[in-house]
Amino acid sequence: MNIKINGKVEAIKTTSLTVAELLRIAKVGNPEMVSVQLNGEFVSKENFDTTRLKHEDAVDFMYFMGGGARGRSVPGRELL
Amino acid sequence: MSLNDEQIERYSRHIILKDIGVEGQEKILAGKVLILGTGGLGAPVALYLAAAGVGTLGLADPDHVELSNLQRQVIHFAPDVGKPKVVSASEKIQAINPDIQVITYQTRVFADTIAGIIKDYDFIIDGTDNFAAKFLINDACVLGAKPFSHGGILRFDGQTMTYQPGHACYRCLFGGPPPKGAVPSCSQAGILGAVAGMLGTIQAAEALRFLIGKGELLTDRLLIFNALDMKFREVTVRKNPRCPVCGKNPSIKTLVDEEPPVCDLKHQKRS
Repeated sequence: MNIKINGKVEAIKTTSLTVAELLRIAKVGNPEMVSVQLNGEFVSKENFDTTRLKHEDAVDFMYFMGGGARGRSVPGRELL
Repeated sequence: MSLNDEQIERYSRHIILKDIGVEGQEKILAGKVLILGTGGLGAPVALYLAAAGVGTLGLADPDHVELSNLQRQVIHFAPDVGKPKVVSASEKIQAINPDIQVITYQTRVFADTIAGIIKDYDFIIDGTDNFAAKFLINDACVLGAKPFSHGGILRFDGQTMTYQPGHACYRCLFGGPPPKGAVPSCSQAGILGAVAGMLGTIQAAEALRFLIGKGELLTDRLLIFNALDMKFREVTVRKNPRCPVCGKNPSIKTLVDEEPPVCDLKHQKRS
């Protein structure tokens, strides 16, 4: 089936695929790090295993990203 | 407010833009923007907003300038190492543009203090690097109906989105902070200095366009780029009905610190 991943169409050789399986194929190591939209709707993390993809679905992965305020991390002083 | 001769000359390249003009520049001069974090993101934001003439700039950061900051935090110079970041940044802002009133907060933001700080500002910049602060800023802005710019950077990647009341918020996208240690910080994983500049200048442009009320902000859109291959993409996001702070049945109605520090002496003294 063809799945549009992050805007790019990928041919995946399977007829059955869940969001969790796609994350493994796409080598997203830790599903906790990613937020997933399927055809413009957010998929809850607890539904990654049960949400099935179909031909021509569009999936977007969004990753957590921090920022640049801290020079080095000091345990216990991590708010701002 | 009317512009004096010096201001007309200083801001002439803004004023000749038909979407800004004298009226837009007056709005910028009357604008109040709070920059949370004067690090990799906050540094370029502060420089550009100061140069642009944003009348009041708030700077919040508890840290002192370190040598390893200078690779990307372009508002701080070598002689500033050891100085509070808000002091270092404030000095540069005043040197660039004496029109600006700078208000400094040499502190972190907490659940019990953030609402009192953001209420005086028109637009908030999230230039923090940790998820507890990012979610606190989001919740405070959602509950206080304040627009803010989210910014995140890591290695060669950057992402940004602008929250406006009634639209998708940071929690709509990410729910809550990732498990501790799941996502590396810039100090663990590294960051190309210029990526901070790219993302910070986008955030500065969002603030300016918000103040002048022109153009389309990055609202309901997450802009993501990778500077290793220099590719940009945009994900359209919708308000999430299950969002814990702005969804249909929100569970977050008051602000809480996501990760209350347990061994921080400064915080214990406060409480």
